[in-house]
Amino acid sequence: MDNIVGTKSRLVWAVNLCALALVVLWTFPTFGLLVSSFRDRDQISASGWWKAMFPAEASVQYRAAGPDTAVLKDGLYVLEGNIFDGGPGKVTAFGTSIREPGAHLVNEPVVTDAGETVAVLANGDFTITSPTAMEGGRGMRIFATSVTPARFTFENYGRVLGAEGLGRAFLNTLTVSIPATVIPILVAAFAAYALAWMEFPGRALIVALVVGLLVVPLQLALIPLLKLHNDIGIGKNYIGIWLAHTGFGLPLAIYLLRNYMIGLPREIIESARVDGATDFQIFLKIILPLSFPALASFAIFQFLWTWNDLLVALVFLGNSADQLVMTGQLKNLMGSRGGDWEILATSAFVTIAVPLVVFFAMQKYLVRGLLAGSVK
Amino acid sequence: MEQFVMAAVTILIGVFGCICYFFLSNMALDRLYPASGPMAGANINRANQIRPWLFMFPALALLTVYLVYPVFVSIYLSFMDAEGDNFVGAANYIWLINDDKFRESMFNNLLWLVFVPAASTLFGLIAAAVTDRIRWGNFAKAMIFMPMAISFVGAAVIWKLVYEYRPDGQEQIGILNAVWTNMGGEAQTWLTSPVINSFLLMIVLVWIQTGFAMVILSAALRGIPEETIEASILDGASPLQIFMKIKVPQIWGTILVVWTTITITVLKVFDIVLTMTNGQWGTQVLANLMFDWMFRGNDTGRASTAAIIIMLMVTPIMIWNIRNAAREAR
Repeated sequence: MDNIVGTKSRLVWAVNLCALALVVLWTFPTFGLLVSSFRDRDQISASGWWKAMFPAEASVQYRAAGPDTAVLKDGLYVLEGNIFDGGPGKVTAFGTSIREPGAHLVNEPVVTDAGETVAVLANGDFTITSPTAMEGGRGMRIFATSVTPARFTFENYGRVLGAEGLGRAFLNTLTVSIPATVIPILVAAFAAYALAWMEFPGRALIVALVVGLLVVPLQLALIPLLKLHNDIGIGKNYIGIWLAHTGFGLPLAIYLLRNYMIGLPREIIESARVDGATDFQIFLKIILPLSFPALASFAIFQFLWTWNDLLVALVFLGNSADQLVMTGQLKNLMGSRGGDWEILATSAFVTIAVPLVVFFAMQKYLVRGLLAGSVK
Repeated sequence: MEQFVMAAVTILIGVFGCICYFFLSNMALDRLYPASGPMAGANINRANQIRPWLFMFPALALLTVYLVYPVFVSIYLSFMDAEGDNFVGAANYIWLINDDKFRESMFNNLLWLVFVPAASTLFGLIAAAVTDRIRWGNFAKAMIFMPMAISFVGAAVIWKLVYEYRPDGQEQIGILNAVWTNMGGEAQTWLTSPVINSFLLMIVLVWIQTGFAMVILSAALRGIPEETIEASILDGASPLQIFMKIKVPQIWGTILVVWTTITITVLKVFDIVLTMTNGQWGTQVLANLMFDWMFRGNDTGRASTAAIIIMLMVTPIMIWNIRNAAREAR
């Protein structure tokens, strides 16, 4: 007990550091994706995203204009140009063969085997001079090590939303998740009210059934339901996926709402009954407004789940442009554009943007739903 | 555009249809057994017996068609051949037991079952304990909780970038290889090296689930009666002792709940494996095996059998949940 104050401050330090370490570990990967989505292809393959804030060192390869464009100046054939095409950048070293791309420093002219003198300035300007007419069909290749200042671009987003089809997929995902969130709520709310506030034989059994169905793996339902949908003519269609998401979301919806409704004060409901309100009126005018927090919790869950879902969409929707959802599109891109990180990172960020916004805006309800929804 | 009209119409039909159904069916019931006249008492009783079922009918119908019926059809299909036409007895199950990929999936699933719930719960507990004690705790919580909102596919992309490999001599753009080569190692193609790759996939799920564990456990920690903690402080317990010997034992029930909930998620894990390795290089799991046989193998018999195995693994937890819920209701 001699040093209780000192121990305490050391403990506070340890706790803060521990929390900081966890937060950094947990946000670092996502942050990397975000940064990568603002870099262009060359930057991404030239350096890790954590170096994005600093000037990047890259090797540039430039082919000068053809020898026939050289102009005669003071008895010398001269070719001029800029290896950045006028863009920003700073050359630190250059070379004329691919084996030694950084053999020479800037401002130090070199003479090639063909007798041509090559000089490169720091800003990328180069001059090739030759006492005789230059030969060959194509221009000389110049290799340079350059330092480019940190640079970010929005180009990836435009490209991904348009050419890569993610804009369309975004709309498709929206089409799937909004009805699949709205429809189960009403259906579940009525059932939850019956299970919470109406007396009838078999009630306990149905509650047990709902709790049991909470954990039924979706895998079990896929084949039979796909067959069923094909048999009754729904096929692979939005109607099918709405129904499927509704069915799969119902156990959690009923469970959450019933747990919430059963906690509402009995007096309110009984006094309404005494005043002659029917069950239908009690439900619509008292229970439903009072249950708003639980409804919101479930709505967020269901929205996040339907938005993020891949499995159900793969099974119940087709692969055509007008039915492919974002997660499916992202999966396809991972296959076809495995190494194009500028496309992948941007697409991934587009798919997770909406859930992240919903998450940060409605975190309170999400937490409340989680606490009520985990079977105690 | 047409698609949005369709979606909007569906929402309208759904919501309006629901309200109409409930309203009209209730009205019909009141007409049939009016709460007036000579039979009023008997009528009210009878109406009250029927009404709950009117309220529950749409939900029960959907649950039956979308969750109960498929269980039985799947059991039936698991005894049928690839097209589901001919009875083949236990052939699918016998094939499954002898299949190398199935054994690999079972082994991996068991690894997942041990590692992911344990690691998520442990990290969640640590995160809950430290974030409750600091001033910027809410911000820290939100950051650790954030991956919960990210789809498995999105998480797969995020972590694939972490594990990205570039041949030696090139600049490493994956943070794991960058750190690894900086420490003097040789760049690795992490996702193709067996056993370690399974763990790298598990880390993705741990990353997602820790936030869930943290939120639930943090609420439980705050629910602990103050007296027990005050008493232990007076008795001279150190903060670590208080945490390990006073707090943790009091939230065992919640830890168990978190553990089982994550276990169920683990059993169904699919997207991460499909998009990161597609079950190659020794990372196959049951849910992806099932998907493979369903779409690539076009064999409903074998796919259903794999699904039944997942169901069997979930069943103990299901029974445990039902018993707990029943006990609570009493």
